[in-house]
This record gives sequence, structure tokens and C-alpha cells, in this order.
Amino acid sequence: MAYSAKVIDHYENPRNVGSLDAQDAAVGTGLVGAPACGDVMKLQIKVSDQGIIEDAKFKTFGCGSAIASSSLVTEWIKGKSLEEAGEIKNTTIAQHLSLPPVKIHCSMLAEDAIRAAIRDYKEKHPSA
Amino acid sequence: MIYLDYNASVPLRPCAKKAMLEAYDFEGNPSSPHFAGRKVRSLIDEARKSLVKGIHGQRLVFTSGGTEANALALSGLGEMPLVVSSVEHESVLKAHTNPCVAPVTAAGILDLVYLEKLLASFDTPGLLSLMLVNNETGVIQPLQDAVMIARKLGWKVHTDASQALGHIPLSFEELGVDMMTLSSHKCGGPTGVGALVLKEDIQLHPLIRGGGQEFGMRSGTLAAPLIVGFAAAALEVLSEREEQTNRLRELQKKVEDALPMARVYGKESPRAAHVLCLGMPGVSSELQLMSFDLKGIAISMGSACSSGKTKESHVLKGMGLSSEDVKCAIRMSMGWKTSEKDIDNFIKAWNEIFLSQQMKEAS
Repeated sequence: MAYSAKVIDHYENPRNVGSLDAQDAAVGTGLVGAPACGDVMKLQIKVSDQGIIEDAKFKTFGCGSAIASSSLVTEWIKGKSLEEAGEIKNTTIAQHLSLPPVKIHCSMLAEDAIRAAIRDYKEKHPSA
Repeated sequence: MIYLDYNASVPLRPCAKKAMLEAYDFEGNPSSPHFAGRKVRSLIDEARKSLVKGIHGQRLVFTSGGTEANALALSGLGEMPLVVSSVEHESVLKAHTNPCVAPVTAAGILDLVYLEKLLASFDTPGLLSLMLVNNETGVIQPLQDAVMIARKLGWKVHTDASQALGHIPLSFEELGVDMMTLSSHKCGGPTGVGALVLKEDIQLHPLIRGGGQEFGMRSGTLAAPLIVGFAAAALEVLSEREEQTNRLRELQKKVEDALPMARVYGKESPRAAHVLCLGMPGVSSELQLMSFDLKGIAISMGSACSSGKTKESHVLKGMGLSSEDVKCAIRMSMGWKTSEKDIDNFIKAWNEIFLSQQMKEAS
């Protein structure tokens, strides 16, 4: 695979950049990556009482492919249930953006970030 | 497809491919005493001899590449102070846990006044490692001056000449260094082989122990076909150097003249002809790389970026560039297959990418 125009689009016009209140009970925060490597992704979800992701925000410190991967998944997970969002695979992300092999790591980071955010939300709501 | 990333790896030269294919027909281990082994050994001996002659060297140890040659050079003398320049390749910067780093000037040249003070500040002499041609900017270091300073203070000198072979006159003897690294695939030979050229009196502690090959400095069965391919490519680049350099110098100038908006880093210094480090104001190097890739042109970011990491070029930072400028720099590097048409297409693409960004900002 090679770089696609989609990567450039998300890199130049990232969707859903920003933060949600991490203290809010309805918000789950996922922070993945290693600061020492210069590769950090923060992804937050706001979940409705019905268990649907109403809003998603991200902040990523990393390369263009990492930014594009996180931007793309925030678009994808909005309106999805936690279960549906948890099923998003890095391969789907990589395929959609046609990430070059050396950048597959970025899509894995995005998958990890979604799962970490869901985990955080579930820890706040043990019964959910 | 236009390939302008020769400094990452040079396309295999046909002469190297031919030599390798022929060498693959021989059976045997070059360390075996029987007729089969002797034949393979003779191929290696011939390659070694011609390489040594071509670069006016003395002893030559084959390695798996430039990185291993650098590692061997920097660790093989045992514990001693180590000084490296701030613009070295990472295989030099990271070869030792704690090297002392000597700064370069804004022009990318080692600060010789500082170097002398620095070397003199050590209680015991050690090893200085200074590259000959920088891989990101093409800047040529004042190696002979540095060698004079080092000698005066009893220091030994290693140079990474991976990007110099075939691009500037290269004589181990004239440079006066003790050790010199060469890389095969940076001159159109196969990947997986390189060499450390040494003065006769230097015996290094091996990194890889075993059968005692390569004068006891590097064990492991020698890869005869790779070595033969390396020598064939090296001899060809040495014989074509002047003609090739003149041709590439014109292409280099053509790009500079055609792109007045581009910043050319290292321009004030003596520079190799095959590489250009270019800044596109306001456009990140990553966006440039992706945009060139979409247009079918392979270039490289000034910075190393593997997996999801972003890392700014230590070379440009070392030259005192601002973070903003470092982030907008790319490297294009040319070689034996590069045509004038490739360069025209590169110029066209550069302008298109730059203009489309200007338009976006204006709208």
C-alpha cells in the first residue's frame, strides 16, 4: 500500500481535535503510546445513558499517519455502541487510509486508544 | 516512478548484479582449504585487493554494512574517550553509550577551534569520529584539518565515508585517518555488505567472535557474492566519479535556480553534488513526502520517522535551525540513473505542492 489522499486530508483537516472533561462520569479517556518516543495518542469518548458514543475527541502527538488514524476513528465511533466501537480493527483503519507498511503501527495505536477509552468508561460504570 | 532517495539506497548497478550472479555459481566456503573453497576465497581476495587499491587503503575488513563497520570502529579500540560530531549518522551517535559531541557551525561544518579545545581537555587521547560527507545535507567536513588537530594531540581518527564514495575524491592515505567506513549499497552495490578500512597497525577487538575471519576482527563466513558485487560497484563509481559529479552538479544547480522559494541548507559550505536538503516554507516535511509519493516521486524527510514517531533531524538542529524550519525540510538525492527529465518533474511537483498550500492558506 502507499500513501493515499485520505491520509493527507485527515492530516491537514483533522476531525474532532480537542478534549472532553476527563472527570465527567459520561466520559472515557484512553491514553496510549510512549511519550519518550514522541508518539502519544489521547482519545476520549462521551457515552449516552443508552451506551451510545455521542461525541469523540482526540489529541495526538505523532506523525501524519498517527494523526490521520486517530482523526478517522473519532469519525467512525460516533453513533456506535461501545461494543461496536470495540470491534474496530487496526487493519480496517490501515486499509481505509492505505497506510504504508512502516506506518501500520499508527493504526494499531488508534485501535488501542479506542479500547483504552472504553475500558476507562467501563471502570467508571462497573455495571455497564 | 521517479526515485530521488539515493542516499537511502542506490539502485543496484548492472555491473554489480552481473558480478554477483557469476559469483553465485561457485560452491564452497571461502575458509575451506580445498579447491572449491580456494576458488571462492580468490574471488574475495581479488575484490579486497581492488577495493583497497581504489581508495588507497591498507587493510580492509568486510562487514555486514556501514552500521556494523561504524560499530566495530568505535568499540574495537577498547575503553578510551570518544568524540563525535553532532551531525554524524545515528549508527555513530549511538555506537557508544556516552560519546562527547562536538558541535558544528550554522554552515554544518565542524567547529575546528572548539574541537581543538575539546580534544585537549581530555587527560588521555582517544578516538575522534567525523563523517566525510553528510547524508542529509551533503556538506563535506574538513576532515584533513581535523586529522591534523587530532594527530597533534595523539588522537586516532575514524571517518564514516559511506556517502563520500563515488561523490568526492576519496583517498584513505591522503585523508590520513586510521579507520574509514564504506557501505556497498550507498554506491550501487548490494545491501548487506560494507567495509572498515584500517591502517596496518590497527588491530580491533571483534564485535562478532567465532571462526576468526577478517584478521580476527570479524568472524562469520564471508558473503562472497555480496563482496564481489560491492567491489564491482565501487570500482565503477570510482572510475565514473568526475563525469558523474559534473552531471549531478548541474542538476543540483538546476533545482536551486528553478526554486527560488526553497531554502537550501548547507549551501554555504563545500557540498557533494548528489544531494539537496530543501526547506519548503510553511509546509511540513511529512506532508511533502506524502504529496511527492502520491505524484510518484520518492524523496525523504530530513528526519528519521519510523512507525508513528516524529523525530526532528538532529543534523539540521545541530546547524542551529529553528524547529519550524527543521519541520519543513526534505532531502532529495540523485545518482547514476537520475535523468534531467526526473529533475524537471521534481521541480514541477515541488512547485505544485508549494502552490497548493499557498492557495489553501489564502482561501
